[in-house]
Amino acid sequence: MSSFWSIWISVLTLGTLVGCYLLLRWCLKNFAGVKEGESMGHSFDGIEELNNPLPKWWSTFFLLTIIWGFGYLLFYPGLGNWKGLFGWQSSNQGILNIAESKARTLNNLKPGSGVLNQYDREIAAANAKYDPIFKAYASRSIKDLTSDKKALKIGQSLFLQNCSQCHGSDARGSTGFPNLTDDDWLYGGSPATIEETILKGRKAHGMIAWLDALGGEQGVKEVAAYVISLSGRKVDPKLAKAGKARYPMCVACHGPKGKGSLLSYNMKLGAPNLTDNIWLYGGSVHAIEDSIRNGRAGIMPAWENILGKEKVHLISAYVYSLSHHK
Amino acid sequence: MSNEHKEMTNKHEKVETNVGLFFIFAILAISVGALVEITPLFFQKAMVTPVTNLKPYTALQMEGRDIYIREGCHVCHSQMIRPFRAETERYGHYSVAGEGVWEHPFLWGSKRTGPDIARVGGRYSDAWHRAHLINPRSVVPESNMPSFKWLDKNKLTGELTAKKLKTFNFLTKSHQRIDKNGNRIPLYSAEDIAGAKAAVKGKTEMQALIAYLQSLGLALK
Repeated sequence: MSSFWSIWISVLTLGTLVGCYLLLRWCLKNFAGVKEGESMGHSFDGIEELNNPLPKWWSTFFLLTIIWGFGYLLFYPGLGNWKGLFGWQSSNQGILNIAESKARTLNNLKPGSGVLNQYDREIAAANAKYDPIFKAYASRSIKDLTSDKKALKIGQSLFLQNCSQCHGSDARGSTGFPNLTDDDWLYGGSPATIEETILKGRKAHGMIAWLDALGGEQGVKEVAAYVISLSGRKVDPKLAKAGKARYPMCVACHGPKGKGSLLSYNMKLGAPNLTDNIWLYGGSVHAIEDSIRNGRAGIMPAWENILGKEKVHLISAYVYSLSHHK
Repeated sequence: MSNEHKEMTNKHEKVETNVGLFFIFAILAISVGALVEITPLFFQKAMVTPVTNLKPYTALQMEGRDIYIREGCHVCHSQMIRPFRAETERYGHYSVAGEGVWEHPFLWGSKRTGPDIARVGGRYSDAWHRAHLINPRSVVPESNMPSFKWLDKNKLTGELTAKKLKTFNFLTKSHQRIDKNGNRIPLYSAEDIAGAKAAVKGKTEMQALIAYLQSLGLALK
């Protein structure tokens, strides 16, 4: 802050405090020309105004708040560039990027820095308490953690806070957001793959809108009928037969037998298995036709920067445990 | 009685019986706080320098921002993460001044019926936002957020988009980035403004709002 504004703030602040004191002193004087406790000389409906002074307890407290104010400004940063005897600050002010914030925090926490950054202290205290716990879990494998109730409990809490918005608080997902309890995986269900999915996120290769390529609604109906037949459901055999003839268009992603990109090609394209009667976007004829007509492209956001590796490790263990009960 | 009354004229009574004078004193007393706590901030470099990665809203995001204001989203959602661990654990790094220098008006909000969304950008997929805005209960069963399904039907015309960008160039004049020669770089170039209408025309309000939401907080992530 420039010295002009520093002086501006200091003069106005201290001036106000002094002003308050002068105002109090002035108000304590008797200007009325009437003795204290005596009538001011006018009454209304028999009610008389007396010349009473300010209550003593009130003016004493007013004075104490003024003294408190001076003390506060001595210890805390209230006067422009004056940093206060405590060196207190709430957080890193005026930073322009995360790196700058981190560098400042590092400096703030050095002994003898003269800075008491309240936020940094709070985080440092929490880290001292929780880091060893997370570190201990991070060093163990996900498979190992699935038999550790406490680890799973932490993983579940983190899941509920960060993942339940899409996957549901019971992790069974909803339309468009995968069920994580059924051991049916778009990108793979090994511990390492689950962890990778959470850390880096996933972007489905994406199904295009097939309406035009299939030559209109009839084509959509036929392919839908064939796709539904793959999981053994009853369909109009004529439609399904016509759909089967069109199915080669789908093979590149869903595989020759419709087992999906992972099982057919071991590729992480996110094209679902069409034969298991598990439907990410709904299994009704209407919903399946809609998927074919308009295409789909699911996205899983990346969590590494938001949660950090150690917490993701615990969430991964929780998610893995959902389909690998012991 | 009237004689006695004259005797007790004092300065205090002058203020009590003169509304104009009382008004002036009241204004003076109230303004001290603003003069000390607000005015200096306008001139503090740290308060008016955009953070390193701050990007102006695209034409579509700008329209989304106006829909955010129109629908009153800021009444239930704040965009201000305070520097407490309880908040930063959930939302990310606390908000800093440099993130909001191009905001007119700022949308910090003052009440959280729903969560803070200062850093909601990238946290959910577009598909999630769409499902959530059409029917919040479809993804968060316990949510008490209203449905905003009409956003999916209303289409943008883009009639005013260019004007909005121009207005922001004007409003941010004193806080723009400066190039090597010391010239101000406006938020939007002539090209941006010329292409603004085409960039949003025909898009749904839903698309615009989601584009806006997905941009929030990315500058400091």
